[in-house]
Amino acid sequence: MQGILPYILRRLLWAPLILLAVSFIAFTITRFGPGDPISVAMGQFRDPEALARVRHEKGLDKPLLDQYRIYIWNVLHGDLGESLSHQGYSVSEVIFPKMWVSAQLGLVALIITFGVGIPVGILAALKQGSWMDPASISTFLFFQSVPVLVTVPVMLLVFVLKLHWLPTGGWEGILSKHIVIPALALSLPGIAGVARLMRATTLDVLKEDYVRTARAKGLREFTVVSQHVARNALLPMTTIIGISLVTLLEGAFFTETLLGLPGIGRLAFESVTSRDYDVILGLTLVLATAFIVANIVIDIAYTFIDPRVRYQRSAVT
Amino acid sequence: MAEAEAAVETLDEVTLGARHSPLGLAFRRLLRKKIAVLALAFIAVFYFCGLFAPLVAPRSYTAQDLDHVFQGPSLAHPLGTDSLGRDVLSRVIWASRTTVIVTVATLVTGGLVLSVSLGLLAGYLGGKVDTAIMRVGDVFFGLPGLPMLILINATLKPRVVEQAWIKTLQDWLRVDGLADYILIFGSLSLFAWVGGARVIRSQILALRETEYVLAARAMGASTWRVIFQHLLPNVSNIIIVGLSASLGAIAGTEIALTWFGVGIHPPTPSFGAMLFEGGSIRTLQAHPQLLLVPGAVVAALIFAFNLLGDALTDVLTPRAR
Repeated sequence: MQGILPYILRRLLWAPLILLAVSFIAFTITRFGPGDPISVAMGQFRDPEALARVRHEKGLDKPLLDQYRIYIWNVLHGDLGESLSHQGYSVSEVIFPKMWVSAQLGLVALIITFGVGIPVGILAALKQGSWMDPASISTFLFFQSVPVLVTVPVMLLVFVLKLHWLPTGGWEGILSKHIVIPALALSLPGIAGVARLMRATTLDVLKEDYVRTARAKGLREFTVVSQHVARNALLPMTTIIGISLVTLLEGAFFTETLLGLPGIGRLAFESVTSRDYDVILGLTLVLATAFIVANIVIDIAYTFIDPRVRYQRSAVT
Repeated sequence: MAEAEAAVETLDEVTLGARHSPLGLAFRRLLRKKIAVLALAFIAVFYFCGLFAPLVAPRSYTAQDLDHVFQGPSLAHPLGTDSLGRDVLSRVIWASRTTVIVTVATLVTGGLVLSVSLGLLAGYLGGKVDTAIMRVGDVFFGLPGLPMLILINATLKPRVVEQAWIKTLQDWLRVDGLADYILIFGSLSLFAWVGGARVIRSQILALRETEYVLAARAMGASTWRVIFQHLLPNVSNIIIVGLSASLGAIAGTEIALTWFGVGIHPPTPSFGAMLFEGGSIRTLQAHPQLLLVPGAVVAALIFAFNLLGDALTDVLTPRAR
């Protein structure tokens, strides 16, 4: 475990700085554009005086850097601001319930992605050289290639409009039929990546001496694969979880909007169209924090799972 | 069987090695893969149609025929017509032109120029330059990509359109909606370089310590010479693999942005707008072909990019072979 502690410390020290930079860029972009939230909210027949008064109350007439300083000060005190389009609600009250919905949906999608991808990868590796290997990987590569913008409407067309098997949209918890289309739409694009990595690591493990030993002892093929091959080939899969999270989020953006699910993907969509600055910024900060923490946790977990991994100075990327 | 093929391959390479560059050899190996050739052929046809859209497309993408809306496939309109009676086939061909422009421009700026130069600099110079470049990369990596792209495109558009030089350039190039294209590929490039730069940097870190680089420097080669003559050729395979892997994502992101309404603006056709129009429940119920046609073309294109990327990885990275 030597060398891991300073590495984690360095990562933890960098994290707030990265977050600060991320928030500053996001802040500048939101303030830079035309059409501020007040004029969007007041609509076409706004009164210039009222507009100026509300802008002053919300501090939108101050210089950019002052606004940013006040914003960061409030964030450090746990106040992410107030939502402008959801009147009377604070940003945290808007974001966190929706995050819970997206997290549930994302978890189901992750389980499907890994639950399908890992066995497919192992099978492809075991059948290397036969037609089944490229055929299975290509099938899922095809699913990875179809944009969510196409898969969701096609699934709606087939399962809802033609076959009448599933309801159109909405959210009723993870145990209802409503989750089938969004969960499939979110998980299908990720399976190919998981299956490919699993195939590659399984092929590496199959060449190991201990696998030959296990076979030489006369163990059943199933035992060899499940106990000796799969368990060791699973190690590098932890690294792909971080990438899967990013894919999930981008997919959630469109899936939730298309199907009307009350998650953060749809919230992001709505807050951009209504120029709800503080919600956009809050989302950016919360998600960036989540990604940074997830990646550090994955790195740390990896050193515990596989003691061969050592972190050196150059490993900080 | 597979071993025999591999043996023939190596034999070919030994005999041909004297006449062909490593990249030339890799290309020959690529052409031996049937899937890769099919993918390449599809991409070639797509790019040809896109580049020569004015010649290939049977009609204009704006020509309306309000007497014949929502038509099924016919001789006059092989893929039918949309809600305004516009020829779907022509619109698909013109939309592919948008995809061609965006992918090529992003590939050259973000994929090639930014990622390669920053990756090379960070890896070779090390120290403060390395730290600075990689931390900036971390920041872009930390920003949620798609919402940021949408924000940038939504907020900066009016400012870019105002610029006089864009108008001049637009008249000169005769491309409609140039500001849209510039914003799209500019913002895409801003986020596209990080992954490539990281991979190139880590390779350069290893290559920097090799004896031939030491030898070159001992003989007095300048930094630029070492980078361009000695290091760049040795990472070219990684660059090609990385670029081919990112093509599908670039094409997909432009479509997503336009679907959202912040990318390419009508009347310039894009697959994003076509998918948006075809994806509403009502259109889907009555005229599913309006979604299925552009959807199939987009899926086929990204699938071809991914297959080609896979084949290139096989051919160009020695470890995977």
